[in-house]
Amino acid sequence: MSYVSGLTCRECATEYETAPRSICEECFGPLEVAYDYDRLRRTFGRETVAARARSMWRYRELLPIDGDRILGQEVGYTPLVSAARLAGRLGVDELYVKNDAVNFPTLSFKDRVVSVALTKAREFGMTTVGCASTGNLANSVAAQGVRHGFDTCILVPEDLEAAKILGTTVYGVRLVGVAGDYDQVNRLCSQIADRFGWGFVNVNLRPFYGEGSKTVGFEIAEQLGWKRPAHVVCCMAGGSLLTKIGKGFDELTRLGLIDEGTTRLHGAQPRGCNPIVAAVKDGSGEIRPVKARTIARSLAIGNPADGYYAARAIRRSGGFAEDVTDAELVDGIRLLAETEGIFAETAGGVTVAAARKLIASGRIPRHEPIVLVITGNGLKTTDALVSTAAAHPIIEPRLDAFERVLSDAAVEAALSKASDAPPPGPSLSTSSGRPATAAPPSSGRPLA
Amino acid sequence: MPVQVRIPSVLRRQTEGAESVLLEGETLGDILEGLETRYEGLRGKLRGPRGEIRRFVNIYVNDSDVRLLDGSTTPVTDGDEVIIIPAVAGG
Repeated sequence: MSYVSGLTCRECATEYETAPRSICEECFGPLEVAYDYDRLRRTFGRETVAARARSMWRYRELLPIDGDRILGQEVGYTPLVSAARLAGRLGVDELYVKNDAVNFPTLSFKDRVVSVALTKAREFGMTTVGCASTGNLANSVAAQGVRHGFDTCILVPEDLEAAKILGTTVYGVRLVGVAGDYDQVNRLCSQIADRFGWGFVNVNLRPFYGEGSKTVGFEIAEQLGWKRPAHVVCCMAGGSLLTKIGKGFDELTRLGLIDEGTTRLHGAQPRGCNPIVAAVKDGSGEIRPVKARTIARSLAIGNPADGYYAARAIRRSGGFAEDVTDAELVDGIRLLAETEGIFAETAGGVTVAAARKLIASGRIPRHEPIVLVITGNGLKTTDALVSTAAAHPIIEPRLDAFERVLSDAAVEAALSKASDAPPPGPSLSTSSGRPATAAPPSSGRPLA
Repeated sequence: MPVQVRIPSVLRRQTEGAESVLLEGETLGDILEGLETRYEGLRGKLRGPRGEIRRFVNIYVNDSDVRLLDGSTTPVTDGDEVIIIPAVAGG
């Protein structure tokens, strides 16, 4: 049963019937899915959700589908990780990581929005789906598109990270590289969707697609025990995700699943592509497009479609926004990896590094719960780390060679611990003598 | 040779179905004025009361977003292409 009542213009409130359209004919404003919340309030509750399988579709009444044929039943419900070690490093009491780096099937939050968009494309009878992408969306449209039997047409900037290109072409889809930046790719896709009538997930299917991002907010609240976090820090490219996370909390409040209250939404962008952060910081809320220059390619959108709404959502929630340099975002990737064992892509590094700044400046108080939204997987953007990767020693397969790469103190400590413990078999402490002259650890041969 | 203006489908109700229109002028503002004069239904949709390009409208002159150029005062010459596209897409 569907609770969707149609599409409404966010600017002038003109109403439209549900159809593959995203733009108001009166004012060019974006269309937003409207739901019958009164009816939902009577039928939808925590127990509805709890009784279902652990995927984003446990919130299906709040997603804009009309039928029962869901494409991507397994998507979502990623871990909310309690991040005590990272909290310690950032000097805060309570910190969580919403880890969409392990989303199914393509390791980014885009799996959520694509699952909704393809479900909708099938309902509309479309047979070809496509997107303009900075990489993660391409991966997801490719994987989910082929799995569900769509023809695909995916456009990306020609110079994307190799892993993101490979992670698209491996599915045997039609991928087209465009000699230009994302904003140019996006413009071309608007023209293609206009001419061919294909289902471009982030163009003419955008109102439906965007709703998938609400499930990040739904899941965070549920995983916190049906509570809002005081703060969410989220990276921004087009700005839709942050806006929809806020909408997700508000819908749960409206339906009585969580209490009233505020969640301060904080946005993060790379310094080389920061139009939304600039709009928040200068107080104008108006987006001035930029030419993107950053290693965080998935955030390199110079003219963000939801920038205005993201800046407004941040301001209204009492949150703030911060930008970080490429060096800072690489530090952010390392910090998250070294403390929590989570390898985020460059965008996640932006989120961590921006959170660090927001905490240091007092914009995020140290004693309130914070959730960092990690949107993509570090294995897709290893290029960003290669030049700064620490060398590790390579040794001959001999015990003395191994001992040489440990510091003297480490060897002594390991040997004394081994001799203290009751030996399960031959004792380590008697198995080998320590060479008289130990080489320092740096003598290991680095990888070429 | 005048300037060619590409009209997106969402606006073609106002342009009697025309996908592209040829107009003359020295600036983008001249072109938009010419467009609004020919199709009165477009007046107020692309530009606000002070002539500013509306938030949800992107206009390109030969591939470049005019917000990165000089907005309505961006010069145009014969043979240029002006593309009007709804802003809300992508991401």
